[in-house]
Amino acid sequence: MSILEILLEPLSYAFMQRAVAVTVIASVVCAVLSCWLVLIGWSLMGDAVSHAVLPGVALAYIVGAPFAIGAVLFGFLAVALIGAVRDTSRVKEDAAIGIVFSTLFALGLVLISVTPSQTDLTHIIFGNLLGLSHGDLIQVVLLGTITFAILIFKRKDFTLYAFDPTHAHAIGLNPRLLGALLLGLLALTSVVALQAVGVVLVVAMLIIPGATAYLLTDRFGRMLVLAPSIAAVCAVVGLYASYYLDAASGGMVVLAQGVAFALVYLFSPRHGLVVTRITAARRRKLAAV
Amino acid sequence: MAAAIDVDAVTVHYGFVLALDQATLRLEKGRICGLVGMNGSGKSTLFKAIMGLVKPDAGIVTIAGQAPAEARRTGAVSYVPQSEDVDWQFPLSVQDVVMMGRYGHMGMSRRTRKADKLAVAEALERVELHDYANRQIGQLSGGQKKRTFVARGIAQEATTLLLDEPFAGVDKRSEATISNLLKELAREGATILVSTHDLQALPDLADEAVLLMRRVLLHGTPGDVLQPDNLALAFGLDVMNRSGATL
Repeated sequence: MSILEILLEPLSYAFMQRAVAVTVIASVVCAVLSCWLVLIGWSLMGDAVSHAVLPGVALAYIVGAPFAIGAVLFGFLAVALIGAVRDTSRVKEDAAIGIVFSTLFALGLVLISVTPSQTDLTHIIFGNLLGLSHGDLIQVVLLGTITFAILIFKRKDFTLYAFDPTHAHAIGLNPRLLGALLLGLLALTSVVALQAVGVVLVVAMLIIPGATAYLLTDRFGRMLVLAPSIAAVCAVVGLYASYYLDAASGGMVVLAQGVAFALVYLFSPRHGLVVTRITAARRRKLAAV
Repeated sequence: MAAAIDVDAVTVHYGFVLALDQATLRLEKGRICGLVGMNGSGKSTLFKAIMGLVKPDAGIVTIAGQAPAEARRTGAVSYVPQSEDVDWQFPLSVQDVVMMGRYGHMGMSRRTRKADKLAVAEALERVELHDYANRQIGQLSGGQKKRTFVARGIAQEATTLLLDEPFAGVDKRSEATISNLLKELAREGATILVSTHDLQALPDLADEAVLLMRRVLLHGTPGDVLQPDNLALAFGLDVMNRSGATL
């Protein structure tokens, strides 16, 4: 089999075309958002919101409303509850996050288990890339495009919010509103991504690409290009690997991102472990002489 | 004419903790005022009240006759944060940070126009950082870091500058550079409030000084305010006992 055949064969199936399209879109949107999440220190928040949308999606399914509405509602509910538990008790933030998101996630599992047609909903937990319908594809394209467009249009404000919310306030912007907008987009993105890799693995796509790009550059603008590029490559590599190895597609995509991070962590020319160790050793040698 | 900064009997509580107790401070345009007081004396809270980051339980803040929200919208207020409040690993260059001073002058998507680039270049020139424009902010010395944020205020065309401990972790030469720059800005009409622990340098820098201890204990020339007796009062051992005797 030639390389071209290896690349083209999976794409001769409609389900693989849809899988590639959805995964690339989800990966790219998640990766763009992840740039801010890792810099603000919201990785745990991404974890929490992406899990907490589950009951919202389940309820939306039950009443026949769009998934996005349920997801955004429960995303905000999770953030509000986390803030309330943190501020009005002696429980610290990480514990508050853990309590709230796991409880909401459990609520989602319970709702799914009592919903008559449960086959569709269990896919939400682990993703069901190869069984995506045409409607799923349209929803992902629509939500993905909207989130992506808002993120890019307001990117400078989000970066200002991440870097110096006090200055944002001082020049008349509303940092709370910007934070809320970012959280809303996080909930929307979770809906997009859970179609691809499932609720459990969304958090990986919301952290790894941004963290990987952060190790590669000192310019935020470049992070915004590097993170989605890396994520898109990982999406394609992961899908092909899953096709030929007959392995879980969502897992493969995230695994590819994990491997990409590991490589960058070790070999990044600027912040990689190998380079920093070598320079440190050289410095010691010079000092000794 | 309205004072450039007018803090009128402002009281702020954090829960049950009294952070500011009827603090009153009027500052005229073009003046540099040093804010002196120990940790927890309410310096940061006073800054926050002037910026509208905390809502006073009582009292009123006006900036050049405007309510704080109005002053913020017009870009009148600029804040230079303490070093430990900044993420120096953040992937931004000096130029990126200074450009953030221009955001209030830009449209919704913060697209950079020629006037913005010019303002940033000029601001960098004034703080002598034009050679460092593309450097990541973590790769700067302590003084250069401070100057970056002062440049942001200049690019913003702010008329009120609030600086929180600008001389902490800054070498003497950079301190002099920053001091001269602030004096220059004041001569051009900026009103500057500086919180500082560097009492020796204060008489040279500031036109006036304020001794803060949740309320304004003293407001006068640096020479008067920095009298040992007064400092003992502000940083003092037993304020309750001494306040009757000295004031």
